[in-house]
Amino acid sequence: MTAAHRLEAPLSRSDLESLQAGDLALVSGTLYTARDAAHKRLVEAIDQGEGLPMDLDGQILYYVGPTPASPGRVIGAAGPTTSYRMDPYTPALLKLGLKAMIGKGRRSEEVRQAMLKYGAVYLAAIGGAGALLSQAVKSVEIIAYEDLGPEAVRRLTVEDFPVTVINDLAGRDLYEEGKRRYARGNKS
Amino acid sequence: MREIDADLIRRTIKDLFLQANFVLSPDVIAAFEKGKTIEESPVGRDIFDRLLENAALAKEHRIPICQDTGLAIIFVDLGQEVHIVGGDLESALEQGVRQAYQEGFLRKSVCHPLTRKNTGDNTPITIHTTVVPGDKLRLVAMPKGGGGENMSRLFMLPPSAGWAGVKEKVVQTVDEAGPNPCPPLVVGVAVGGSFELAAREVKKALLRPVGQPNPDPEAAALEAELLEAINDTGVGPQGLGGRVTALAVHLKLLPCHIASLPLAVNLQCHAARHAEAVL
Repeated sequence: MTAAHRLEAPLSRSDLESLQAGDLALVSGTLYTARDAAHKRLVEAIDQGEGLPMDLDGQILYYVGPTPASPGRVIGAAGPTTSYRMDPYTPALLKLGLKAMIGKGRRSEEVRQAMLKYGAVYLAAIGGAGALLSQAVKSVEIIAYEDLGPEAVRRLTVEDFPVTVINDLAGRDLYEEGKRRYARGNKS
Repeated sequence: MREIDADLIRRTIKDLFLQANFVLSPDVIAAFEKGKTIEESPVGRDIFDRLLENAALAKEHRIPICQDTGLAIIFVDLGQEVHIVGGDLESALEQGVRQAYQEGFLRKSVCHPLTRKNTGDNTPITIHTTVVPGDKLRLVAMPKGGGGENMSRLFMLPPSAGWAGVKEKVVQTVDEAGPNPCPPLVVGVAVGGSFELAAREVKKALLRPVGQPNPDPEAAALEAELLEAINDTGVGPQGLGGRVTALAVHLKLLPCHIASLPLAVNLQCHAARHAEAVL
């Protein structure tokens, strides 16, 4: 593992070129939140030729449905949700210039191919560490689909939000590499 | 008959869901500490540190441990000498959950299965009631997140599959789930029973304090065998590779039909949240 990279969203392709699977990165700037129901709506809007509530070019999507903020806080617990549920929608968003996604868990082959094609990376935050990750969130604003409650699209401003690079621009996958490194003979 | 007021049940279950979501119990913390000493991967050891830090922050600031504050699963042991007055059990439990999720700023995660419209108050809830001897009422609150549930499996194996078949399916379930259910896991395994009994009992098995050996030596030996095989997959903390994919395996052996071998595998993420009270 190397020292943490610093990423400032929005991103360009060159920001991503030095990232390698297994590296740590600290993200600052803007993250847009979107999970299951929001993804469905975003892709429906694209299919119908409507505009999106945000320009995705260079942006980072964070798969999270935070808990409501208690008084005096900007956000509640805010850890990542499992990413594979977003896979059917992701290639359409990458095509619009989405540069990175933050979640947890493996991506489909289609998504990995689309990331290579459009030059994007996949980053993981620690699943279940919702209290810890909420500390990096400095402000929150709902920008679309408020009726979806926890699944509404929010614009987060974050400072030093910690992530690990899972899929890099070279097509490496940390989940596969890490597991291979520690697997022991098949005893099952 | 001993009378227990429905309002006391409401207040108790409300407190239990708040406690479970904010405070990780000592057995789970101890399992993290132990996991950290076993883990060979530096990334994995760092994750244990982050999880301990997360639990401390959640407790101190009353921020939920995880943003997925779960479906409200409740286990009730109802003494047959208890008479509930001033309301009914189910409504009291449902009302308590509703209040906990509203007043505690917990996420409401329950929706219509097809339209996906959120019910807005984290109900309906799941209640498993067992009538037991005595005049006590035991309530166990278990907020269960979606990540581990989605990767859980129920198999109806042929009896010829035997222990080898069971072991293969358990390891395969954990291996295929990989990083998705937020390892390090507690792996619940129920072998036998019926289609629905295996599923219910495996969830109950998850409630045993993490790290406490099975009181039945036969089951304890099988648990150790499964834990070793699971940890040999290399999945590791958060699926990033490592020695500790599971903190523990909690096994239940249940008699079953001569034609059947049901197997339920319920995955519990590292945020093994539960709280209980006896009235």
